[in-house]
Amino acid sequence: MNDKKAERVSRSSAGRRQLLQGGVAGALALAFPAIVRSQSDKIKIGHLTPLTGFLGALGEYAVMGIKMATEEINAAGGVMGRQLDVISEDSVNPATAATKAQRMLERDGVAFLMGEINSASAQTIMQVAARNKRLFLSIGARSDVLRGKNCNRYTFHVDIPVTVMVNAEGQALLRDGLVKGKRIFSLTSDYLFGHDLAKAAKNFVTANGGSVIGDELVATDATDFSPYLLKIRQAKPDVVATNLGGNQVTNFVKQYAEFGLPYPVAGFNLNTADAWAAGEGNLAGIWPTVWHHEIDTPGSKAFVAAFRKKYGKTPENHAWIEYVSLKIMAQAMNATKSTDTEKLIAYFESQAEFDLLKPRKGYFRSWDHQMMQEAYTFTVKPKGQAKEKWDFLQFGPAVPAPNQPLELLAPTKEQNSCVF
Amino acid sequence: MQLLFLLEQVVNGLVLGGYYLLIALGLSLIFSVGGVVNLAHGAFYALGAYASLEIAKHLGFGAAAAISPVAVALLGILFERFILRRFYTADPILSLLVTFGLALVAEQAIRMIWGAAPLPASMPASFKGNVVLGDFLLSRYRLFLLAVVAAVLAGIWFLLNRTSFGRVVRAGIQRPDMVAALGIRLQPYMTTIVMLGVGMAALAGALFAPIAMVHPAMGAEIIIVAFVVVVIGGLGSFWGVVLAALLVGVVRGITIHFVPAAGEASIYVLMFLVLMLRPRGLLGERIEKFE
Repeated sequence: MNDKKAERVSRSSAGRRQLLQGGVAGALALAFPAIVRSQSDKIKIGHLTPLTGFLGALGEYAVMGIKMATEEINAAGGVMGRQLDVISEDSVNPATAATKAQRMLERDGVAFLMGEINSASAQTIMQVAARNKRLFLSIGARSDVLRGKNCNRYTFHVDIPVTVMVNAEGQALLRDGLVKGKRIFSLTSDYLFGHDLAKAAKNFVTANGGSVIGDELVATDATDFSPYLLKIRQAKPDVVATNLGGNQVTNFVKQYAEFGLPYPVAGFNLNTADAWAAGEGNLAGIWPTVWHHEIDTPGSKAFVAAFRKKYGKTPENHAWIEYVSLKIMAQAMNATKSTDTEKLIAYFESQAEFDLLKPRKGYFRSWDHQMMQEAYTFTVKPKGQAKEKWDFLQFGPAVPAPNQPLELLAPTKEQNSCVF
Repeated sequence: MQLLFLLEQVVNGLVLGGYYLLIALGLSLIFSVGGVVNLAHGAFYALGAYASLEIAKHLGFGAAAAISPVAVALLGILFERFILRRFYTADPILSLLVTFGLALVAEQAIRMIWGAAPLPASMPASFKGNVVLGDFLLSRYRLFLLAVVAAVLAGIWFLLNRTSFGRVVRAGIQRPDMVAALGIRLQPYMTTIVMLGVGMAALAGALFAPIAMVHPAMGAEIIIVAFVVVVIGGLGSFWGVVLAALLVGVVRGITIHFVPAAGEASIYVLMFLVLMLRPRGLLGERIEKFE
């Protein structure tokens, strides 16, 4: 009896209390409009990247990179006076990536989408972006078809496409005499990215007088490469070329060293984190990359120093690319004073230049929305020259050279046509 | 020539099977005796690899490969006493859930402690390189691995078939009620079985670290293959697991020889075929409590 009464009392007083609170909040809003606005009016950004699976290790770097950029931008006052709120989630697989992208746009109210490393997942997010007529900044996916056959006008691509990797790597291989007249055996990752890479690699090799004598598909969940290594030995190639992705490269490199096969290795894809995981003494050969921590620009040096201070490790290329990608979006929003999809697209298509912390600035090519930028190759330092565990890679000069156009290595309209 | 290449794949597959065996045997024993499907088995494999890296930093590869399995086996005792023990007689779904949850917790813990980025692990320089026997190329390190597996296998076989401990365990698999009627408590035996099984998984992790990537999800990667081996081999049979592990290694190798893209899928096809023809697995015994 007593309880009921008390409940009734408390309920009525709660109603009154809420009214009072509402009044205070209203008064505060009038007095300090800026504070209220900045809290309810953050710019929400949907960020998807694989945090598990064979690309999960790269995704961790991706999140660290974008987090650092978010904090820097917000500490400097945000974008147009509004703070950025980046919602990062594990994209898991292509189907889940699409579902999450749709949810972020519909329920979380994000202004645009960014992220991804897995080309197959990027593909499904691109479709979501096009359906909803919203922007997607595809950051780390490299498959050619995303900017060619399957391109759409709502998606912009920051990372270098596979053709650029193949051409950058290819230039180094030509220089070392590993293509012309050589018999090349390749291993290819059995998903969108790998198939695309294999196609570009094969085109390059045959165009330059080499021959591909074997190309074997490897499932993305394969961890043991010994049957493939035996087949390589049976084929006795001049060069072994890998079109693998993520974990696969590391496992392959380790087991290739384990079996001690004599053929030189060249790879058309390797992320620095995978190279570090392979460990000194296992890695050999020539590999392409989009960025590395020894690039001698004030921007890169400051980024590397800040990253090491914050996380206690050296940033790899996916940390860098996520960092500059958010800065790219911030620059675009500031320039257009808007988060509107059409305005942002128009800004990017004007081929505005962006600081990528490299010697030369980059820009999105208007007809396929691909970022034009420098690429690099690396080899492995001779034994004993590494100063620390992240230091055993020897980076080569930028390609294209400073006096050449940035589009030199990129696929042409004929090679990879894109119609919006 | 073609035949020789194929034979080389068979030999290589047998070596790889030895590694699968280390993980699958423990899984099979724990299930046969306790009736618990230990989905956390892969987590102990991963822990073994990570622990070996930590130990190798200070004491070198040999000590790491020896100490890490022992340390993880001790952890296995705690796992059995405080968690697994509660679920022997409970609804199987409960033990599935609890071990699955534990696997997730372990993976996340590893990610928090060591980071998601894979860690480099190397083998001693003396193990690197290959041995060419006749026309067969074999990795020197894998031969060493095979020798370790053979020694462990011999030890487990001896324990199960030539000691009073083994007699109780084997009786416990078939007729736990009869064992109880004779006044023997199975629980201490189960503790030992879990300790051994988990220790073998950790040994596999420590030995495979220099070959494959050491990363938080490595346990989840291997657990599926281990289950396939157990299912193909059949419950309660020591030699069934041995046969299944070797078969899985060989079938995968031969498939990669002919249809590389189907390499990983082939072991599931094999499982499907075996279950169609022999639902209890190749050498599976009729176990009353599971029928």
